[in-house]
Amino acid sequence: MLSKRIIACLDVRNGSVVKGVNFEGLRVAGDPAELSRRYNREGIDEIVILDVTATIEKRKALADTIHAVASEIFLPLCVGGGIKNENHADAAIEAGADKVSLNTAAIATPELLTTLARRYGSQAVIVAIDAKRVDRKFQIYVRSGQQATDRDAIEWAREAADRGAGEILLTSIDRDGTKSGFDCELTAAVSDAVSIPVIASGGAGTFDHFVDVFTIGQAHAALAASIFHYDEHAVSDLKIHLSQNGIPVRFPC
Amino acid sequence: MIQLIDYGAGNLTSVRKALSHLGAVFETPTTAESLRNASAVIIPGVGNFEATTALDEVWRQSIATAVERRVPLLGICLGLQWLFDGSDEAPTVSGLGAVNGCCRLLQREAGDTSVVGPFKVPHVGWNSLHRVRDSWILEGVAEGHQVYFTHSFAAPITDECVGSTRYGMDFASVVEWDQLVGVQFHPEKSGEVGLRVLKNFLNRIKPS
Repeated sequence: MLSKRIIACLDVRNGSVVKGVNFEGLRVAGDPAELSRRYNREGIDEIVILDVTATIEKRKALADTIHAVASEIFLPLCVGGGIKNENHADAAIEAGADKVSLNTAAIATPELLTTLARRYGSQAVIVAIDAKRVDRKFQIYVRSGQQATDRDAIEWAREAADRGAGEILLTSIDRDGTKSGFDCELTAAVSDAVSIPVIASGGAGTFDHFVDVFTIGQAHAALAASIFHYDEHAVSDLKIHLSQNGIPVRFPC
Repeated sequence: MIQLIDYGAGNLTSVRKALSHLGAVFETPTTAESLRNASAVIIPGVGNFEATTALDEVWRQSIATAVERRVPLLGICLGLQWLFDGSDEAPTVSGLGAVNGCCRLLQREAGDTSVVGPFKVPHVGWNSLHRVRDSWILEGVAEGHQVYFTHSFAAPITDECVGSTRYGMDFASVVEWDQLVGVQFHPEKSGEVGLRVLKNFLNRIKPS
């Protein structure tokens, strides 16, 4: 049976893991390789490294951070933040990323999804969508959640999948950092609209929030950061909780 | 030396990192000639079956000769599918034909209960291995251990199938015949279980 994936997000700035609340007020939480090792022991299924300041400060994801994690952790590794063109994607993949996630650049240049999918396969191309509830619709924001667009999240998800994206990393800006639960309505709407897997992100605060997003939200994977960073046993305890609630998960052996 | 074949289907960095981590010494051949003295051959690859057309007649002959010489050969993901006759994904492209059968699109069989929620293709994520029979490549891997998959087409269950996985339907996730093995999952991305599988393969190589 296919397991529901639990993904740890490392928001990285200057080689350190930080985590913000509503994309602002960053706090430092540790060394990426060290955190990855702990998560691997705990049974994390996948790791995402997001260079949170890359888009703003026009820096590409840190190749040495990627290399350090990929050389000792043999799990799927996705890198995002500031990937604007083929060269940026190449650099991340050469350093050891299995997947690259595109957000602002995908909206600006949708053809980039197709180019990268042809080059590396769709499994390597993730479209990251940051959505915010506006007038009972889900409006897309870019540039780390700071700039509104006129695009609708559901429509864009469909288009991105058609253009070659292999997965969708869907973040609720309203919930991000609030610990008030995933936006299950948003997640289910996008999951319904596309045939590719949807990774839900933003709002994880309790283990039951994960149960909800896998059932009501129809997510294939759930991503979180701070809930894992500050609690040594969160990943394994979360998986036990999910398993007890009938959700298939992987336990490390 | 181990020959890691790069035919342009996806990036090999992860496979390289995992092999290096296990202490393996390998090279990526630029011509098929290099396979003549290979101690082992690894054929990775992700993406569309059509990409395997890069493995032209010269490469096919060299790989077939290596198989005849009983050189350990490991196909990963698309590399496993290429060991078969072909795939519905690119019907005009022939596989190596070392294993009979054709790969087909994953589908949900009537009455299937293996998927929680909507059935989506590609099959992405961690799924369990069912041990079909004894095999050297799965030594130390227990029934139900999970590994990481990402694919849309899958191989049929034949006599060579030593491990199967269910996603809407049963498919061959591990094949083994003498020194020839193929895995549909990504051992380089499957944590400890994946490293164990790679180690089993490396252990099969005769010291030169």
